Amino acid sequence: MSASPAIVTHSASAELRFRYATYLGDTSLILAQRLGEWVGHAPALEEDLALANIALDLLGQARYLLSYAGEIEGKGRSEDDLAFLRDPSDFSNLALVEQPNVDFGHTIVRQFLLDAWQLELFEKLQASSEPRFAELAAKALKETRYHYRFSAGWVVRLGDGTEESHNRVQAGLDALWRFTSEMFAPGAADEEAAAAGLGPDPASLRAAWLANVEQVLQTATLKRPADVPFRWFGKRHQHTDHLSHLLAEMQFMQRTYPGAQW
Amino acid sequence: MYTQGLDSLGADCLHQATDAVTLEQRFQSKVDADERIEPKDWMPDAYRQTLIRQISQHAHSEIVGMLPEGNWITRAPSLRRKAVLIAKVQDEGGHGMYLYSAAETLGISRDELIEQLLAGTAKYSSIFNYPTPTWADVGAIGWLVDGAAIMNQIPICRCSYGPYARAMVRICKEESFHQRQGFEIMMTLARGTAEQKRMAQDALNRWWWPSLMMFGPNDATSKHTAQSMRWKIKRFTNDELRQKFIDITVPQAEYLGLKVPDPDLRWDEQTQHYIHGPIDWKEFEDVLKGNGPCNRERLETRRRAHDEGRWVREAALAYAEKQRARDTQAA
Amino acid sequence: MSQQRKQWPLWEVFIRARSGLEHKHVGSIHAVDARMAIEHARDLYTRRQEGVSIWVVRSSDITASDPGEAEALFEPAKDKIYRHPTFYAIPDEVKNL
Repeated sequence: MSASPAIVTHSASAELRFRYATYLGDTSLILAQRLGEWVGHAPALEEDLALANIALDLLGQARYLLSYAGEIEGKGRSEDDLAFLRDPSDFSNLALVEQPNVDFGHTIVRQFLLDAWQLELFEKLQASSEPRFAELAAKALKETRYHYRFSAGWVVRLGDGTEESHNRVQAGLDALWRFTSEMFAPGAADEEAAAAGLGPDPASLRAAWLANVEQVLQTATLKRPADVPFRWFGKRHQHTDHLSHLLAEMQFMQRTYPGAQW
Repeated sequence: MYTQGLDSLGADCLHQATDAVTLEQRFQSKVDADERIEPKDWMPDAYRQTLIRQISQHAHSEIVGMLPEGNWITRAPSLRRKAVLIAKVQDEGGHGMYLYSAAETLGISRDELIEQLLAGTAKYSSIFNYPTPTWADVGAIGWLVDGAAIMNQIPICRCSYGPYARAMVRICKEESFHQRQGFEIMMTLARGTAEQKRMAQDALNRWWWPSLMMFGPNDATSKHTAQSMRWKIKRFTNDELRQKFIDITVPQAEYLGLKVPDPDLRWDEQTQHYIHGPIDWKEFEDVLKGNGPCNRERLETRRRAHDEGRWVREAALAYAEKQRARDTQAA
Repeated sequence: MSQQRKQWPLWEVFIRARSGLEHKHVGSIHAVDARMAIEHARDLYTRRQEGVSIWVVRSSDITASDPGEAEALFEPAKDKIYRHPTFYAIPDEVKNL
């Protein structure tokens, strides 16, 4: 799966655009699916609405990207074919987003780490040589700014709230931090996409992301966990056990009734 | 809204017109003239209590009503359906909030109301105590349950109590898509594979009678109807609305090619209405009393969300207090 | 049994539907501070593009007139009909008045 120079020279091949679109699309889709689990169960009615709003934005991004992926692939696969009929090993979402909700603290940390990353990503993706990515990025950037406002606000509130909330959100941070390294790591579609001018170099997003995250964590009186050499990356199709469970549920209808229209 | 001023209100009003009878007459003539009653206006205590009961039941129904359909968010069969369903269930949460907000203008807090719900002392629409075993249930709920709800709610847009009427206007406007998406799901299923059609018919079989029960007991046995109509909280009787619902819905079922599960159902030329078979009020009573298929699960789910969310709500308050303390120190 | 637990305070929400229009009261939400109140108002009251601007204000900070005083406050304006243009009789042939 590593970026071989031979592939890079075919700048922005359809195959690469497909892989890049599914990488970004799967990441938005799987997080939307996780947030959807909250609807009706959030800590306050106001948060039910907020989480649903974020889920809808992410789902919109996923639909745009997966439709585009299907189009560029040219095999007649629709957004639904890609979402519901691929196996876990075909998904290339960041492993971070498939991690379970656990509690509101974990959910907020997961959201915050991802939002901060999407902020940098979409900002730069606006300059993509592929107009469809640039268009998506411009729209998604606005959505992400709000998601970030929401999640960063809650990280601070929970971190600097009560002892219990502090401990819970710190636990979420400690559990999830290892999944952030893949956001910036080489060796997957995003690196090739960068070489082809489709998107930003993943490594280039790290400095701004980290500065942002560290500042919020500091305000929240939270401790940034140490970086660990964690190398199992969802974007290289190396998933945790959570993804197959998530997909079993999400894909249930399409798998049970093949070929039916809904 | 404006709950703060309510405590002192009674005394002030009595200054102006000492005679409770006069106040009551003035109130009723305002209602009769189709004027709206607003939060700080004088109102009979029974009117206030009736409204609190009705609005909060309505709010609880929206919140509990998120659960049966929410059950399908993670399993919706297409991304489009998933988005629609999230937006719909989210709307229900929003509608619950509009309604709690209207109830709060009557001098009771949302927390008190939610406590009543979780303690099992407040009622909510018994329809939400039925399960949603198949995807077709999402369609049937949108088509029938939302259809019945809209029928009930449209007259409340002209309710005498201003905040309730205004909340209802907003809700009715937003809900118009709910019923349509439900019908669209049913239509897709009815035109789909044999399995899908069977799924649709099965859902209609299970939701038809509970939907008719949503309009409440027969007029003859409904204890609140007369007073509520005099106060213009209610504008049509239960039976009138139920009849209207049946007359509209039966042809829709025919269009779908589905059979309404009522062997006695027939069109009556003379009255130009459908005549339906007897409703099993015993079932209605049982479900209302807590013995429906999902009463326990629904309340337990709400309680769990409430209990597991407590630390979050408390943390937000604690943080805001700290911030205020910091601000005053800095000033 | 119901011990006095603190709840998120109540805020009134005002929305400007389009630029050029005034902010209009739309309802209330609960939030711990102004930042959160704006977020909750946004998430609840602008799901269908109902607004371009939001005001929030603590409900307890609103002072409302007393309905018992409505007659004293508002009825004295009733007979000042000369404040309205229709009070004045101007011949039809005179234009631009």
